[in-house]
Amino acid sequence: MRARLEALLTSLQEADTLEAFQTATEDICDIFDVRHCVYHWVNSDGERFGAGTYSSAWVDRYLEMDYLRMDPVIFGCFQRFTPANWKDLDWSSKPARAMLEDAMTYGLGNQGYSIPLHGPQGQFALFTLNGEASDEDWARFVEENGRDLIVLAHEFNRKALEFEGAEGVVSPSLSPRELAAIRCLARGLSRAQAAAELGISEHTLRVYIESGRHKLGALNTTHAVARALSTGIIIV
Amino acid sequence: MLRYLYASDLARFPRLARSMFTDRAEQFSRRLGWDVTVNAAGEERDQYDALNPLYVIWEGPDGAHGGSMRFLPTTGRTMVNEHFDFLNDGAPITSPFIWECTRFCLSPGADRRVAPALALGAGELMARFGLEHFVGVFDARMERIYRLMGLEPEVLGRSGEGRDAIGVGLWSMDAAAFAPTLAKVGVSRETSQGWLRYSLALGGAAPELAQAV
Repeated sequence: MRARLEALLTSLQEADTLEAFQTATEDICDIFDVRHCVYHWVNSDGERFGAGTYSSAWVDRYLEMDYLRMDPVIFGCFQRFTPANWKDLDWSSKPARAMLEDAMTYGLGNQGYSIPLHGPQGQFALFTLNGEASDEDWARFVEENGRDLIVLAHEFNRKALEFEGAEGVVSPSLSPRELAAIRCLARGLSRAQAAAELGISEHTLRVYIESGRHKLGALNTTHAVARALSTGIIIV
Repeated sequence: MLRYLYASDLARFPRLARSMFTDRAEQFSRRLGWDVTVNAAGEERDQYDALNPLYVIWEGPDGAHGGSMRFLPTTGRTMVNEHFDFLNDGAPITSPFIWECTRFCLSPGADRRVAPALALGAGELMARFGLEHFVGVFDARMERIYRLMGLEPEVLGRSGEGRDAIGVGLWSMDAAAFAPTLAKVGVSRETSQGWLRYSLALGGAAPELAQAV
């Protein structure tokens, strides 16, 4: 699974057409064994763009019924930055529950997990996984995969912003300290050894590594080191 | 009880919100003498309050503010990246798993449960959203409080001098800190997790759970 996710991230990062988003959402369904994956965004000019595995019948239905106005997922994520398990959102209104039942007749599962994303100029996007599971199983799924999904969501968004023409904002370069921290790990040093060599605490080292990992669009520390080496930004 | 409210949720809690901003004026402007702006209504607000941050707020039995702190993810605009850029050689620290925590505030009448309750709130955010670190701005008293909570803040730099110095640094709450913190607040982990769940689900609509404490 690690290898497949890393390959997926690489193909997304190297993509130069929008079709890559569609392929990536399909791959994600396959890798995580869920029904649907959707990435949907609204840019600063109010233009919409979406990729994902919902049927076009459901997308049309959603628009026709104007579900946007009552969708608890939108209310629970718009303007917020915390991911939401659909089960935890407010489905107390009758129209909201009717919408979910309607969605299920169009092939959606009963569970979902949505990650809100915000760009620098008011751009807003949602990255969503939808599946069919018991509450307990879905909670466990989110617990186990939430971190990877957040990383994936941010890479979708980074690419979307890049297509919008915001490269500088989207891919900040690594700072000398972030590079030094990752270089130590690439040389095979443990965290404690790396911290000692750089004269900082392990806690601080971990912050530089994590910030570097995010900038490299890597899944985890090992992947970050590999990416830093393969792209040539560090030389050991 | 603890509430986790986005700025956009505050309108539904006028007493809680107003007393939070006036308590912030009392602490940061009058007591600490920081260079902050207090408006005509006696409230301390800054540009980061306008970015829809997430507040963790202790609400007293009278519905007023007992203490609070303010969170923003470092993937967006943050005070540390805009004002303390020496932290990372002038480059931003950025990750969805590193949040900024600022404006740690205790109301003048806060009882001794409030500080541990806020630490607990931060711990619940870490557990729920897979966070690894908070990067924050502290004054000397806050640093002491953090240490008393066992949160071991690590100051990476300071601006200002002596007692008035403002520190910027890192802290986190590990799993081992939950039990003693829960004991100080006097609630179970289930109640604590319930506060977070209800707040974020309903934007703070009064959960029955609140009455249990």
